[in-house]
Amino acid sequence: MSAHSGTDLRRGYRYWVTFSTLLQKEVLRFSRIWVQTILPSAITTMLYFVIFGRLIGDRIGSMGGFAYMDFIVPGLALMSVITNAYSNVVSSFYSSKFSRYVEELLVSPAPPWVILAGYVAGGVVRGVIVGLVVMLVAMFFTDVAPHSWLVTLSVFVLTAVLFALGGFINAVFANSFDDISIVPIFVLAPLTYLGGVFYSIELLPEFWQWVSLLNPVLYMVNAFRYGLLGTTDIPLVMAFVIIAAFIVALGAVSLRLLERGVGIKQ
Amino acid sequence: MHALVVQQLRKVYRSGFEALKGVDLTVEEGDFFALLGPNGAGKSTLIGIVTSLVNKTSGRVCVFGHDLDTEPEAVKASLGVVPQEFNFNLFLPVAEVVINQAGYFGIPRREARRRAEFYLKKLDLWERRRSEMRLLSGGMKRRLMIARALVHRPKLLILDEPTAGVDIEIRRAMWAYLRELNAEGTTIILTTHYLEEAESLCRNIAMIDDGRIAAVAETQALLAELDAEAFVLTLTAPLAAAPALAGLDVKRLDATTLEAQLHRGQTLNDLFAALRAAGVEVASMRNKQNRLEQLFLEMIDRGRGIAPAQAA
Repeated sequence: MSAHSGTDLRRGYRYWVTFSTLLQKEVLRFSRIWVQTILPSAITTMLYFVIFGRLIGDRIGSMGGFAYMDFIVPGLALMSVITNAYSNVVSSFYSSKFSRYVEELLVSPAPPWVILAGYVAGGVVRGVIVGLVVMLVAMFFTDVAPHSWLVTLSVFVLTAVLFALGGFINAVFANSFDDISIVPIFVLAPLTYLGGVFYSIELLPEFWQWVSLLNPVLYMVNAFRYGLLGTTDIPLVMAFVIIAAFIVALGAVSLRLLERGVGIKQ
Repeated sequence: MHALVVQQLRKVYRSGFEALKGVDLTVEEGDFFALLGPNGAGKSTLIGIVTSLVNKTSGRVCVFGHDLDTEPEAVKASLGVVPQEFNFNLFLPVAEVVINQAGYFGIPRREARRRAEFYLKKLDLWERRRSEMRLLSGGMKRRLMIARALVHRPKLLILDEPTAGVDIEIRRAMWAYLRELNAEGTTIILTTHYLEEAESLCRNIAMIDDGRIAAVAETQALLAELDAEAFVLTLTAPLAAAPALAGLDVKRLDATTLEAQLHRGQTLNDLFAALRAAGVEVASMRNKQNRLEQLFLEMIDRGRGIAPAQAA
């Protein structure tokens, strides 16, 4: 083994230690306050199932060829993934900025991409854990079993990555705790609710169907619905291409912001 | 070898304020170096740039031969920093703060735990290792920042006002530990408002004022520049007026207290001989102000126009 590759291996191992330290810190952070981070999604989803599934769902009838309760399971699970992946990173990174302990990372030799990967991984783990809890809750109300495990899990993880990156960018530009709740309320919630969680876009007039196609959440919800139910309003490949394109774009922006120290360095 | 080389360093903040106006500074390996200056002089900006917390506008920073622009990881691995402001996650336990910092520097968990135990014991914090940060006193937080900065064993330790708000006993203990670290080979740079701290600890001093280095010299050589030194004398018996002592500048502060200015060339022997001849008995004596503080004020008063000198 050459000296050069030995150095690269040592550096790679150092990066791995930094990444796993950050990930461990993030997982400990949200698991210590699981009543605030894990439980609310489970309770909210249960309420959705009771109200929209049991009480109102029976009157709605079928949607896209499935019982309404079964139809909304994928969207509700993915909504939890989106909200939790996003809020984990936005609140964690903004807190580290606000209390200045982000400086612990800035003075360390960890390169920006390792720092970004650590925060994003923390958001993904929380998003996936909450998503699985919601799926468990769903099993009490429906008999849905994944049509394709591969599609189900990959959409779960990729969606979490995308929104964890979104949360990171929000945290970089936030100047107050108010700023970290503006995007979830005014951008994330409308995109999610209008992303086909509760309805098939086939129900919409042609113009609004076209408008809906501009909403990236629609592609994720439909890809996930395919993974669980085997049905989708849009082609699966297009959904994956769009999710991947957003991940690349948001990843590049996040990395650039971190490299330049926007919002964290003077 | 040079521990730190700063060349023509400039920083202009977005507001347009120019905090550093072309700073040149060299600190040798193994030195105990003080960076002094009034509030807003540029000390924290300089340290912020060296430790990668502030982006520079232009200029060059090298740490142990590694350029900050081209080898930032090597520079950061050589540096430990104790910032002026507390920068902790207040809800984390003490030991976790140190262990996480080791992890950020790529030190595996088991070794990180071992080092955390060593430095927390060294800084008398081991008993509080499970306490949340927010429950620590100010002095404990200061010591924890030192433990955190040392956990990756940096060759250069930079401390920005390390003893601000710390009581005298803890300050003395921190000084002793910093001396021990320096004796073991760690280069130390500190900024402080306690000039006594710099005079007691540091071999070399740079004075920074208005974004420029006003002077760099050995501490003792700098002190030798003092034009005058003031002493406060407490007398055994009251005096109605200040005694007239030929060639000596003595004034009466109150009935039993005199202030004497000794100019260059005059000694305490001259003063005491003159006082004895005038029948004045002295019970005790102290410096009116710290000598470095006096020198610092003189330099500022001299119009901030002292030519920079190279550190030894």
